[in-house]
Amino acid sequence: MISKYFKTILVLLVAFVAAFWEAAFNGIRHWFGAQIDLLPALMVYSSLHTGIVTVSLLGVLGGLWFDTLSANPLGVSVLPLFGVGLMIYMTRDLMMREQTFAQFTLGLAASLFVPISVLLLLLTTGHEPLFGWGTLWQLIIMGLGGAIAAPVFFEVFGWFERTLGYAGPSEPSFRPDREIRRGR
Amino acid sequence: MSKRPHYIALALVVLLTLTIVNLPSQTKARLKLGLGSLFLPLFGLTSFAREATGHAGEALLTRGTLLRENERLRRQNQELQLQADRTAELERENNRLRQRLQWQERQSIKYRLAKVILREPANWWRTIQIDLGSRDGVQLNMAVLSGEGFLVGRISSVSYAASQVVLLGDPTCKVSARVENDKADAGVIGASGPLESEFVEMSFLSRNSNVKPGQLVKTTGYGNLFPSDIPIGKIVDTRPADYGMTTVARVKLEANLNGLEDVWVRFK
Repeated sequence: MISKYFKTILVLLVAFVAAFWEAAFNGIRHWFGAQIDLLPALMVYSSLHTGIVTVSLLGVLGGLWFDTLSANPLGVSVLPLFGVGLMIYMTRDLMMREQTFAQFTLGLAASLFVPISVLLLLLTTGHEPLFGWGTLWQLIIMGLGGAIAAPVFFEVFGWFERTLGYAGPSEPSFRPDREIRRGR
Repeated sequence: MSKRPHYIALALVVLLTLTIVNLPSQTKARLKLGLGSLFLPLFGLTSFAREATGHAGEALLTRGTLLRENERLRRQNQELQLQADRTAELERENNRLRQRLQWQERQSIKYRLAKVILREPANWWRTIQIDLGSRDGVQLNMAVLSGEGFLVGRISSVSYAASQVVLLGDPTCKVSARVENDKADAGVIGASGPLESEFVEMSFLSRNSNVKPGQLVKTTGYGNLFPSDIPIGKIVDTRPADYGMTTVARVKLEANLNGLEDVWVRFK
């Protein structure tokens, strides 16, 4: 187990690097015509494995960092990102969080929910984003990218936890009720 | 599990978001600048990695290749120096003649090369960030050109060390343009489709316009946002719009917006 504070810092650090990577790395956009967003996939991990404070911080800071590097109005990505995190967090007891398929599906859903919500917010607040039939293709790429990224985040954070965390003492195999009492 | 902390978190985040969204635009821009400065170490790290990759590539070249390349560049430099001296002489002569005719002296135009450091992470805008900022004298709405001299966009926001450029095809980058034909048909370059970064639409052309595929499109200079006669692209096809009242032309941009690495900023 690693401390929850360390986990929060780690999640925020990954969010910071992910936001920068999306603006600095152009390879996926070059090949597929759309850039993927890693923050919803990270939010899936965070909402299943961390507390509400981390989810809130990731929603606020992740959204603000993304908007800073983008032409988005500042703050427009915060609510969609936090919203998806809160929805998963509130139902996380019902999720099979260790199953790769569940992580994939949640990553897909979150990566579609966030950009669609941001686009709707932009369109309803009088902004003119690029919008057309090509947006459907971009959403497919974003959804698939997020779906693949979610299990990767689970693996990476799992590795961090195994490597840096304190492994609790293992249960001894001795049980007094199973003790063989030898006679004479 | 108690739901109270969820609602408190939701209320706090909604309140914070509403506060940020409703901040005055200047305060919002300052906040964006402040948050953007957090990424400065990563900018440095990325440039260092790029340079290191470049050096690694150079190390793989043979000495002979480097010497030949050096010689070629030295000659090219001499030729360009000669050309620059000649241009400066012509400019001086032009200004002398203008003074004699009592014409207004032509303002000298300065260009500065900038490196593209970041691209738009959201798919619904078309912007880039360059490594020139207010410390270099960059101002809002300065024209930005590709390395080959084709129009790319304009400066949309400026911070101390970097600036954001809104590219052609973004809905917020509209350019008054004319077609190089006998009628000099004029129109407005506007948005393109989300996946069509190579093409933009030129609208508000007259229905009797003489626009044909292959004709060159240049800026008009109207509105004082972009200087005149900067090449933009070539006409691909046309179609009637607004119930046949106007014509819309599709223009293939000369600049490759996806492959921009260095751009020229035109100082006023």
